[in-house]
Amino acid sequence: MKALLIRDLKLAFRAGGGFGLGLAFFLIVTVLVPFGVGPQSELLARIASGILWLGALLACLLSLDRLLALDWEDGTLDLLATSPLPLEAALSTKALAHWLTTGLPLVLASPVLGILLNLPGAGYFWLVISLLLGTPALSVIGIFGAALTVGVKRGGLLLSLLVLPLYVPTLIFGAEAARRGAAELDPTTPLLMLAGITAGTIAVMPFASAAALRVNLR
Amino acid sequence: MSLWEYANPVRFLNLSARVLPVFWGLAVACLIVGLIWGFFFTPDDFRQGSTVKIIYLHVPSAMMAINAWVMMLVASLIWLVRRHHVSALAAKAAAPVGVVMTLIALFTGAIWGQPMWGTWWAWDPRLTSFLILFLFYLGYIALWEAIEDPDTAADLTSVLCLVGSVFAVLSRYAVNFWNQGLHQGASLSLDKEENVADVFYIPLLVCIAGFVLLFIALVLYRTGTEIRLRRTRALQAREGRA
Repeated sequence: MKALLIRDLKLAFRAGGGFGLGLAFFLIVTVLVPFGVGPQSELLARIASGILWLGALLACLLSLDRLLALDWEDGTLDLLATSPLPLEAALSTKALAHWLTTGLPLVLASPVLGILLNLPGAGYFWLVISLLLGTPALSVIGIFGAALTVGVKRGGLLLSLLVLPLYVPTLIFGAEAARRGAAELDPTTPLLMLAGITAGTIAVMPFASAAALRVNLR
Repeated sequence: MSLWEYANPVRFLNLSARVLPVFWGLAVACLIVGLIWGFFFTPDDFRQGSTVKIIYLHVPSAMMAINAWVMMLVASLIWLVRRHHVSALAAKAAAPVGVVMTLIALFTGAIWGQPMWGTWWAWDPRLTSFLILFLFYLGYIALWEAIEDPDTAADLTSVLCLVGSVFAVLSRYAVNFWNQGLHQGASLSLDKEENVADVFYIPLLVCIAGFVLLFIALVLYRTGTEIRLRRTRALQAREGRA
């Protein structure tokens, strides 16, 4: 597992590995929003936490396409499936690698982008906390979508269509927690729900992903 | 004699050929009676006027939109556990019917909402969760279309249906939390007190029966079509080899 994790991280950090693309995408989405809705700072302050959550979600989605497709093409997935490591564990490891290379940088970058959107001062802490709790769920759900569509040629759009509805509960609770934090309300309830969803998906989704991937490798 | 006998496509086709006319007939009869009764022979509501009559389309279609997904879930489970092809094809056949039911519910809701709430659309929990259900249906159908090998497609869509069901329920409660609703509560529960008055209730029940029968007839018919389509493909493949 450790070897697989290190391999995936190395591949991501190497030139052409796509590390940083998600971050750049996140930045661009955030920069484009004021162009779309106008530069009034009160308006931006009100929607900032939602925009940042949405941007993080889209940036996550963008990188899912390559998550399993490259390993599928060069046959790594077949080797993983025949190795003594259970496929569920292998996929969890890949999800962890995806989160470390995509989710975590987004979490760390979000306060900086919050300044751009004039996020109220109380919001930063809760924004980071909610993203930190929520992005792992995005990764494990995303790997399920990637496992479903790995055999499909040009599965990118299909992947988004399948994964985005699955992101709805995470987005609702995450954005709600961040919004309440920014409005200086008590964000405990949505945060607990968000943590519950994340814990549940981490526990269950690898099995679903492995089932889907086994069908595709058959 | 057990239910599983009809997992055999030939037996299934024979049975459905025998019962289909009955279901079609009953469905059409129920819908004609229920809708005409509902539209022309019930009084206007005292506050909502005649707009209340859209209930005869809105409620049954909304119920069937959810029931169709539940039926797909059961059929997917049967396919995953017992691998009966008819079951997988029935799930595939039910999805477009479910989409249409969802759309009917959304559109009739919008038409009713315009004069009553003063808006075509509100981000109300019930409305939102129906829109999400619609997206789930779209994804399910798109996955069926995208994969060429029928068995792989059946497996993957079944897994998606299982996972999707969990997330659909989660979303239902999440949106509840997210926004308080405009949509009224249940008016057809088993608890008599909160139900609509009998004048509306009985024609509504007839309409619901009509929609259920129509759904069964459509699914049987479409499953038969899928079986024949697959048979034709198999014959063509054999021709191609020979």
